[in-house]
Parts: sequence; C-alpha cells; structure tokens
Amino acid sequence: MRVTIKLFATFRDGRFKVEEQDLSEGTCVLDVIQPLNIQAEELAICLLNGKDANEHTVLNDGDTLALFPPVGGG
Amino acid sequence: MGGYTGKVLRINLTEGKISTEPLNMELAKKYLSGRGLAGKMFFDEVAADVDALSPENTMYIATGVLTGTNAPTSGRFMVVTKSPLNGVIASSNSGGYWGAQLKFAGYDMVILEGKAAKPVYIAITDDKVEIKDAANVWGKDVYATTEALKAEFGDDKAKVLTIGPAGETLSLNAAIMNDLFRAAGRSGVGAVMGSKNLKAIVVRGTGKVVNANPDEMKNVLSAALGKIKENGVTGAGLPTYGTAVLVNIINESGIFPVNNFQESYDANAETVSGETMTANHLIKKDACYRCPIACGRYSKWEGGQGAGPEYEAVWSFGPDCGVHDYDAIHVANDLCNKLGMDSISAGCTIATAMELVQKGYVKPEELEGIPLEFGDAKGMVEWTRKMAYGEGFGAKLAQGSYRLAESYGHPELSMSVKKLDIPAYDPRGIQGHGLQYATSNRGGCHVRGYMVSPEILGLPQKLDKDSLEGKTTWVKIFQDLTAVIDSIGMCLFTSFALGLSDYTAIVNAVTGFNYTDAELLACGDRIYNVERLQNLRIGMTTADDTLPPRLLNDPIPAGPSKGSVHRLPELLPAYYAERGWDAAGVPTAETLKNLGV
Ligand code: SF4
Repeated sequence: MRVTIKLFATFRDGRFKVEEQDLSEGTCVLDVIQPLNIQAEELAICLLNGKDANEHTVLNDGDTLALFPPVGGG
Repeated sequence: MGGYTGKVLRINLTEGKISTEPLNMELAKKYLSGRGLAGKMFFDEVAADVDALSPENTMYIATGVLTGTNAPTSGRFMVVTKSPLNGVIASSNSGGYWGAQLKFAGYDMVILEGKAAKPVYIAITDDKVEIKDAANVWGKDVYATTEALKAEFGDDKAKVLTIGPAGETLSLNAAIMNDLFRAAGRSGVGAVMGSKNLKAIVVRGTGKVVNANPDEMKNVLSAALGKIKENGVTGAGLPTYGTAVLVNIINESGIFPVNNFQESYDANAETVSGETMTANHLIKKDACYRCPIACGRYSKWEGGQGAGPEYEAVWSFGPDCGVHDYDAIHVANDLCNKLGMDSISAGCTIATAMELVQKGYVKPEELEGIPLEFGDAKGMVEWTRKMAYGEGFGAKLAQGSYRLAESYGHPELSMSVKKLDIPAYDPRGIQGHGLQYATSNRGGCHVRGYMVSPEILGLPQKLDKDSLEGKTTWVKIFQDLTAVIDSIGMCLFTSFALGLSDYTAIVNAVTGFNYTDAELLACGDRIYNVERLQNLRIGMTTADDTLPPRLLNDPIPAGPSKGSVHRLPELLPAYYAERGWDAAGVPTAETLKNLGV
C-alpha cells in the first residue's frame, strides 16, 4: 500500500519533507518512525488524514501521515 | 510588599494637569494589576455611554505586578480603555521593554484623561513628568517618531511608545506601538490615543522593582526557568521557528482559513510556513524583556528587513487574502509596524474587502484601478498602506471589516465576533476554540483562552478537537487562567510550560502575599465577570456571543476537517451555567456575591 509521510520542523533535519512510501499491510506509525530514527517520545503531534493518531495507529492505503515534534505559537 | 510601586500617574490632557495617587491596594488584591485592575478601575470611573473617541473616554496603560521584576517574560503591560470598535473593555497586551521602564520610573499605571488642544507627547524621567509639543512628530511614522523622540529626550535608554498615522487618522484598526515593533494591537486602541491628540509617551526610569521574598524567588524562578527550558514548545519549537511554525500544523489539521474563510485547507501552505521563513528569511531572533523564549523574528525580504512576521500576520496577509508571496507578506506586516496597525485586523479587513469585490458588491470604479482580488499580492500591500492613511477606499477599510461589510449590506462577510476579526483558526474544526471566540469578552480573539493548546498541540493534555465533551469547563478555566496571566505581567506563551501553581508561587514570592491557587484563579474569574458586566451595560446580549453565520451553517468544503460546522448552540447554555450566568448570559447575583464583585 502507498502512504504519504510528511515531516515538519526539526523532524526534517537530515530526513525529508514529504515522501511516498510503499508499506506492507498492517504497518503502524511506530514502524514508520523507527527507520527514520524518530523516538515515540519525540512525537508530539501525529495526524493521520488530519485526525489525531498515535504510534500504535495502523495505516491504510492512501493515507497521509503528518508528524510534528513539540511546537506551538499563537 | 513587593512588585507594585504603589503609585499611579494620572494625566488630564485637557487641563494639562499631572498628578500622582496611591494604588488602591484593596482592589489590587482582588484584581491583581494590568488587565484586571485597570479593567475594574475603567468600569468604576468611565460611564457606559461614553463615546470611545471622545475626551470622556479614559485610557489606562497598566503594568503587571511582576513587570520589571526578574520573573521570566515580565516585560508586559496592558492598554485598557473603551474600544472604539465595539464598546467593550479593550485590553491590548504588549511586550518589549517599555512596560518595565515605566515601572523603573516608579509607576504601576499611567491614566490618560481628556484631550490635548494640539498634538502632544509625554516625557517621563522618574518623578519628572512633562507634556510636550508633538508638532515635530505628528504625521510621522512609528520608526521616525521613535528616533526623533529618543534624540530629543537625549537618553538612549529611554523607551518610546507611540501611535503611527493610522492612530492619528482614528482608524479602528490602529494599534499602539512600543520599542519599534511591539504592538498593543487589537480593538482599535491606537485610535483612542489619537483622539486624545497624544502621539507618544517616552519613559526613562532609574529605580528598581523589589521582590518581597528574594530567597523564595530564587527557588521559584529556577523551577520556572527549568520548566520553560525543558518544555518542547518554549524550549525548542518557539525559539527555533517562531510562531509561524503553526502554519503547517493548523493547515494539516484542516482549520487554516483561506480566502476569508471560504476554504480551510491550503495546498500551498508550505510556501509561507515557519520552516520556509526560517530557511530563507530569518536574520536573527528577538526577545522581550527578561524572556528566555525569544519567539520574536527579525527577517529579510526582497528590498528590506524588519521584525516579524508572526503566525497571525503571515496568515492574515497571506492565505486569508489568497497570497503566497512571502516578500509581500513581510512588506504588509512591516507597514503595520511602521504605520501603527493591528496586523490581524488589517489583513482580515482586506480579505473581507476581497470577498466583497469577488461577489460584485464593491464596484471597480471605487478602487482607483488598484487590484483588490484574492491572490493579488501587490494590491494587498497597496491597500494596507492606503488603509493606514485613510486614502480613498482605504478610509472604508480603516473602519474595520464589520463596518466595511455592513456598509455594503453584507455584514455576514465579516469574519468577526463582536466586530473584532477572528484570527487564524477556523472554529468549525476546533469546537472549544470556537466557543472561546464566541464568548471572549473583547470579541474574536485567540489569546483570551487559547484552546488550540489542548485541542491541537496536546498541552497540557490532548483533547479531541471535534468533540464537545468537557469543552465548556476547559474554556472557562483557560479564560480565567489567561485573565490571571494577563493581569500579572507575564507572557501567555509561558503557559505552554507553566501551570497555575507556578504563577501562584511567583506572585507570592514577589508580593509577599499568600494566594492559594484557587484564590488566584478566582481573581481571573472576577476579572472575567467585570468585563462581562461592561458588555452587558453597553447593551450586548447573548445574541452577541456568536460566530459569523458561515462558520455555523456552511460545512468546511474540503481538507482534513471537511464537513464540520461549529456547534455553538449545543455548547453555549452549558458554558453560561458553568460560569454561574443565567440563560441570558447575565452573571447571577449569587455568582457576583461569591466572587466579591
Ligand atoms: S515569548 Fe515572545 S512575545 Fe512572549 S515575552 Fe518572549 S519574545 Fe516576547
């Protein structure tokens, strides 16, 4: 299945902004961040198709996953 | 007693009379300082039916009890007066260095009454206070005025607070600027200063603000600083990217308004993101007095450099106007700093005007050939300038988006609450934040209870942004806590890292008082209720606690929050009950008695 991974803020350093990945069925968020060397504790905001998700959420074909470290403003 | 100087400076500009009076400590204990104390004094001293731009309106420039101490971010002050935009108690917050300097000069607050016969400015050096002729600087922009008055004052350490041309022409989008780039931005406070023929206040203080318990303060401070440093937002996210880092988060959440809230997802958001700004435009970071966070930006653009832009201005002059040209956004933001305008409302007013043009309500012959279409960056910049000077159609823009849209028979196209423009979060996809827009005493404002923090950022805990559950309680607590932070002189951004008990500990160490957490939070509740009473006595009703019809009725058309509307009618009665207000949104006698209002 094809999933779009978007990284933001410091997660982009030495990685990428956006990438389409071919993943096997049953892949969860943790399986995506581990090879990227992102720890689950560093993950502050995890949006799957714009909705809240977490490291255990299972991905589906056509999903967009957006990952953010702690950031804020106002 | 520490923190407070105990002295208030009262200046009657009509009579040219300068006097000092002791701070009312009994009131200060109940209403703290800043927004709370000045709001209460305004409520008691200024009649409900006063015209905001008449000499009878009074302006309170009030520091916080912590302003000028060594508490982190303690440089803040509040401008409190009747808002010419909507008649409520305007309390516009600013940072920088001016507030601390006023405290060093020995004053908790400056009260400005009446109207000078001709343009003047006020010069303060400790006990020496003078009203001086401002003929040389009237008509000048904020940068030129600041430079000229500093030179005339002859002390480089003096701090300048001033209005620009927008305040002089009484634009309802006019801000009061200090330290060049910092703004008491919202509610049209710059026009009130302009209506008093008061151009600027220059202040130099040589005193100190004392802490009642210096030893306790050491411990309390090191704990607070540690939390600010360790927190991912205040210790890393904000310092690295500034507030514009929100562009991508808010957009990916599907609540990033585009083209005057006609859409809420922007496929081109990356072009104006905080990440892009940091990579291509950032020159250096900037911090207010005693701030370890340093969220301020100093940036370059094609042909210039200057402060900002912040997230809200990036959005208001950018995607809300359909613009994705960072240079143009910078220029418009710089015009706001230079000419003294609220960069949120100025951009939102142009976005409203663009929709009026798009729908054919504004006729092309009114526009002198200057484009006013979504996506036209050049036109957006030129209309920003013309708004500040009130030139041609710019004079209509200067009245703010609500009066503009109303004058064409379509007030529903103003994306405002109580005539104050809603900032950069579409409430349809964030229910608690939408409730807070609708119930904010000053109107469409994001910093009266920043529900984005729990609903998007997960601080202090993650709430489902689309759910209604528990939201009325959260909104009330956030509004009350914000009233506390606004009334002690610290920056709201510290609340990403600090909680109520941290603020209580700091206030107690500085003042020597013994507030409990509950007592301090009750001060916030009290402050909120006094502001509410002002809204009621000028004739506002529950019908004013609402959102623009588009946000209640038209589902978000596309993007991650597609299909959402704001469900205000389901929340409002429970919110009133939570506050101890009756079904008409009026505080009950029992509520007021319990709070000691
Ligand atoms: S966090 Fe930003 S706005 Fe707040 S005091 Fe620091 S520099 Fe100023």
